[in-house]
Amino acid sequence: MYRLFLPLMMLLMTSTNLAQAVEISRGMMLSNSCAACHGTDGKSPGAIPSIKGKSAEFITTSLKEFRAGTRSSTVMGRHAKGYSDEEIQLIADYFANIK
Amino acid sequence: MSHVNRREFIKLIGGTGSIIAGFGTLAACTKSASSSGRVIVVGGGFGGSTCAKYLNRFDPNLDITLIEPSKRFVTCPFSNAVLGDLRKIDAISHGYAAQTKRGVHMVSAKVTEVDASAKKIKLDTGKELNYDRLVLSPGIDFKWDRIEGMTADDANTIPHAWQGGTQTTLLQKQLTAMPDGGVFVIAPPGNPFRCPPGPYERVSLIANYFKKNKPKSKILVLDAKEKFSKQPLFMQGWEKLYPGMIEWVSGNSGGRVERIDVANRTLHTETGDTHKADVINFIPPQKAAPIVHTAGLTNNDGWCPVDQRSFESSIHPGVHIIGDASIAGKMPKSGFAANSQGKVCAAAIVTAIHGTTMPDPSYVNTCYSLVSPDYGISVAAVYRYSKEKGIYKVQGSGGVSPKDADAEFRQLEARYAAGWYDSITSDAFG
Repeated sequence: MYRLFLPLMMLLMTSTNLAQAVEISRGMMLSNSCAACHGTDGKSPGAIPSIKGKSAEFITTSLKEFRAGTRSSTVMGRHAKGYSDEEIQLIADYFANIK
Repeated sequence: MSHVNRREFIKLIGGTGSIIAGFGTLAACTKSASSSGRVIVVGGGFGGSTCAKYLNRFDPNLDITLIEPSKRFVTCPFSNAVLGDLRKIDAISHGYAAQTKRGVHMVSAKVTEVDASAKKIKLDTGKELNYDRLVLSPGIDFKWDRIEGMTADDANTIPHAWQGGTQTTLLQKQLTAMPDGGVFVIAPPGNPFRCPPGPYERVSLIANYFKKNKPKSKILVLDAKEKFSKQPLFMQGWEKLYPGMIEWVSGNSGGRVERIDVANRTLHTETGDTHKADVINFIPPQKAAPIVHTAGLTNNDGWCPVDQRSFESSIHPGVHIIGDASIAGKMPKSGFAANSQGKVCAAAIVTAIHGTTMPDPSYVNTCYSLVSPDYGISVAAVYRYSKEKGIYKVQGSGGVSPKDADAEFRQLEARYAAGWYDSITSDAFG
């Protein structure tokens, strides 16, 4: 009898553990803000440039230059001033790693 | 494990009794065995629709239900472009096929009751639904009692057009029927209200329509306020593009409307002046939507106090309120803000359900306004949370478009305004 029960119990225990702990990273939290203008996952359907899959280096350089005002922008300078170097790196890594 | 004998096995799982008890429990909550929790989201606008989508993105095992009576949501953003004859209403209407496709259960109904202690809601269909977490993103309602001579039904004659849909179409028809040389009066409310720059973009795009089609017409703005969002930029644009067409009257200079004679299309101000109009757009003072009042989730001002980190109600635990109905610190009541709050709220719910760490929330807002189809202006800010300040603006971030920008800059912002609309509607409804 237990030969049948054991695999069954194992299966049930696994299925109740389906809800594995979900972690939300700081990078994801910060980057989700960008989606309202750049599209979900940074994939823009319209006139605003996509950032999905751009290299981390490109994104960090752009954001830091927007922030410093050395790269011209309409609204990005005003946004970039809201993020620290560390936060910019987290955002850049997030978008660079979206498949 | 194959070496475990019968006695050891029973010890391992705590006796045969618990096997049966265990099966009973599993059978009783089949849903929670296959899902990590039940979340009901009420209201399919920017806040609710975004929240449902991001709940699913963060945790595909959540059982998510989105309750919205309309089959299509007509956005307030770009409804001014409809009024200005630049877009059709279909271009600002969005369905929920993407939600269904990702496994969010769409329920077409209205919520009539919230029982926060029993964690269940009742629908106008009579059906009851249980939840682990409830998100309300119900939007706004109007304080009709603040204006003499007008009731909610009179909005069928004098539209507010502050909720997208039939109200937008009604005002557009009235503007189309107005003779050249007519007077259009718009009366924006006092703070706080949905979309602070909205009335002034409306003035702009209607002026653009008049300039092309009815150039002898006038626009009178009877404002309840002393100043408004992006005021210097709007006024600069009005002077440049529509000289002599628009008159703005501040609250203290006779702008506050006390009474409206609906039948005669006449507005009476606090100062005793009367203004007869061909078309009136009265935007009443606002409060949170009826359901949060019924549910006892509002404060004396008619809005919902929340923990601004998770948007969980300060009054009833387990209930989150996002979007225009919530009190969200320094954030304005905008579709963009609701979208941002929807994501933060989704993260708070998912981390609470899983007992994981909620990262420090980050919020953002950008409000684009069109002064004309190729003249855009914006206001933006990045926000964070602290226990002392609630949601605050990150120092040095944000602000409005420069006053001395050239035509190319304004044109680019107009282009990005349309690009923003494409992106945010795909982020919320796609």
